[in-house]
Amino acid sequence: MDIQTTAQIINFLAAMVLLTAFGMLVQRRIYGLIHLFAWQGLFLSVSTAIVGYAAGRHHLYISSVLTLALKVILLPYILNALIHKLKIRKEIETVVNVPLTMLIGIALVIFSYSLTAPVREMSTLVTRSILAIALATVMIGLLMMITRRHAVTQIIGFLAMENGLFFAATSATYGMPLVVELGVAIDVLIAAFIFGIFFFHINTTFDSLDVEQMARLKEGE
Amino acid sequence: MPLLILLVVPLFAAVVLAFVGDRKYAPEINITGSAATFLAGIALALDVYNNGPMLAGNKFFFVDAFNVYLAVLTSFVSMTTAIFSRRYMRREREHGRVGHWGMRFYHAMFQLFIFAMLLCLLTNNVGVLWIAMELATLSTVLLVSLYRTPTAIEAAWKYFILCGVGIAQALFGTVLLYFAAEKVLGEGGEALLWTNLIQSSGKLEPTILSLAFVFLMVGYGTKVGLVPLHNWLPDAHSEGPTPISAVLSGLLLNVALYALVRCKAIVDGSTHTHYAGNIMMGFGIISILVAAFSLLRQKDIKRMFSYSSIEHMGIATFAFGLGGPIATYGALLHMLVHSLAKSSIFFTVGHASQMHRTQDMDKIKGLIRGNPLVGWGMMFGAMAIVGMPPFGIFTSEFLILTATIKDAPLMTPFLLLGLAIAFAAVFKKVQPMVAGEIPSYQKSMKVAHLPVLLHMAIVLAVGLYMPVFLNQWFHKAVQILK
Repeated sequence: MDIQTTAQIINFLAAMVLLTAFGMLVQRRIYGLIHLFAWQGLFLSVSTAIVGYAAGRHHLYISSVLTLALKVILLPYILNALIHKLKIRKEIETVVNVPLTMLIGIALVIFSYSLTAPVREMSTLVTRSILAIALATVMIGLLMMITRRHAVTQIIGFLAMENGLFFAATSATYGMPLVVELGVAIDVLIAAFIFGIFFFHINTTFDSLDVEQMARLKEGE
Repeated sequence: MPLLILLVVPLFAAVVLAFVGDRKYAPEINITGSAATFLAGIALALDVYNNGPMLAGNKFFFVDAFNVYLAVLTSFVSMTTAIFSRRYMRREREHGRVGHWGMRFYHAMFQLFIFAMLLCLLTNNVGVLWIAMELATLSTVLLVSLYRTPTAIEAAWKYFILCGVGIAQALFGTVLLYFAAEKVLGEGGEALLWTNLIQSSGKLEPTILSLAFVFLMVGYGTKVGLVPLHNWLPDAHSEGPTPISAVLSGLLLNVALYALVRCKAIVDGSTHTHYAGNIMMGFGIISILVAAFSLLRQKDIKRMFSYSSIEHMGIATFAFGLGGPIATYGALLHMLVHSLAKSSIFFTVGHASQMHRTQDMDKIKGLIRGNPLVGWGMMFGAMAIVGMPPFGIFTSEFLILTATIKDAPLMTPFLLLGLAIAFAAVFKKVQPMVAGEIPSYQKSMKVAHLPVLLHMAIVLAVGLYMPVFLNQWFHKAVQILK
């Protein structure tokens, strides 16, 4: 595989990551969201492996397998089990103003490109335009957390953000040192454990996972 | 060797306490563990004091004057908090606010939290610094929601989500930092070591580092509780159990600021401008003003002192941003005395709210007559925290103010305004609580004397006379951060 083809494959996968991010932004069914999240993880894992192969960085294979295990299998499985147990598998969330959200998402992509422009000019890597897409994925995850009011959706937004960060770390810089990547993976696992507990707490206390109801803590009351 | 003990003891204690659970002697194990950690901290400090900065564990750990004093402070306050929490949590258990599993969880997570903070302070790897910071957040999230009330769960959720988002930005900043560093230092773990980064910071690409600092500032700034990223802080610090409020306000904010200052040193070395400092000064001064005005409107006692923490973190951030030997010295001292005074205040607040079974300031009255230690403790704590002489916070704020008048005179009125309003607000609220007759619903109870007395004694002592070793320590730290 010559460098040109590799770069094209990686760019294609990056586009797919961004596409799934947009898909999540407007997906109303929680079940569908988890699917999209798993797909995003898969694209991430494959692109990491290809970068590792093309650049001859073998520790990226470990990252790739780690992503596959954590983001494609384990986390979607946990989330599925949770929504099953909480009986919200079929729940549909009202998403306000889809076109506007999409437009903001596009604006965020443009913003990410302009923000990372100086970095892009300096980079000599095959994957140099990835940084912008990674940042855009982070931003869209953030947007999702702001616009959606369901606890599970907010968590998926959070995990999508983490995907974007991982993408930046592996593809833009050929991977962070392994100790850092392992540490981040452990943190994500602990976070998964915690939000699992949280879903039950919120559900029993508020009778629903809609975080809109959580508005008791206000200033000056 | 003390370094290893310092990190292993809390981790080991966490595991032990997870098994011990709700047994009667769990608080004593908690205290023993924290005391052992503190002793290891002292030993490490002596080592560094005599032999200078040291690298350990294949360059994985780095200890110098800046982080060792924070490590000692962290282990000290966690020890006194453990002493305070023995009676406090037992009473909460009797009142039925915490269950069997809650107590198990509380003790184990408390120790894990201490471990995460110490790892954060002592690691040399900027990536591990981030991981430890996230671990410190995660270990406290479920402690904030320990009481399972709707407001506690809301506060913890906010804490989890907002800090998660914030800290994600810091990771992006760290990735950018690595991106710039690997070109100079080569790939692998070496490129993320702070000692290497600071040495070759002149060669790092300034445009990338400027961009990285924005993300690091937003990320760690969220954890420091700087305005406008502070929304989670008053909720998280007021809804959890009081010992947790004390360590969150007294320690975790310091650790987050420490991370930010370490990153600033690298960015400064690369850009050679006052760019990072200016951003920090901006965030700092806004935090001081917003927090001061918010103080006036508070009704909940723990919320009020949480806003006071935002104000003080604003002061320290502002001073680090200002730079220069005097301001940096002031900021280091401020971190020390604020941490001690604020945790001591939270101890008295915890007792006061247990005596009245409420956190509503309108209902807390007659503390001095009801319990002199709690009443006077809160009174003197409040006097210290607003910066009255002869307490240590007066010294640090005075140093920072002098440096501001000299280096950034335009900022002086804003700084003074913030300090004055905070002064008035805290006094106006604390005075009616400590004075007056004992209300009928106040219950007398046994309180932990030692933590409050120790903390206030140190804050007072530092204000009256700066010990030689502390002075030398701060001077060394100022050199490092120059």
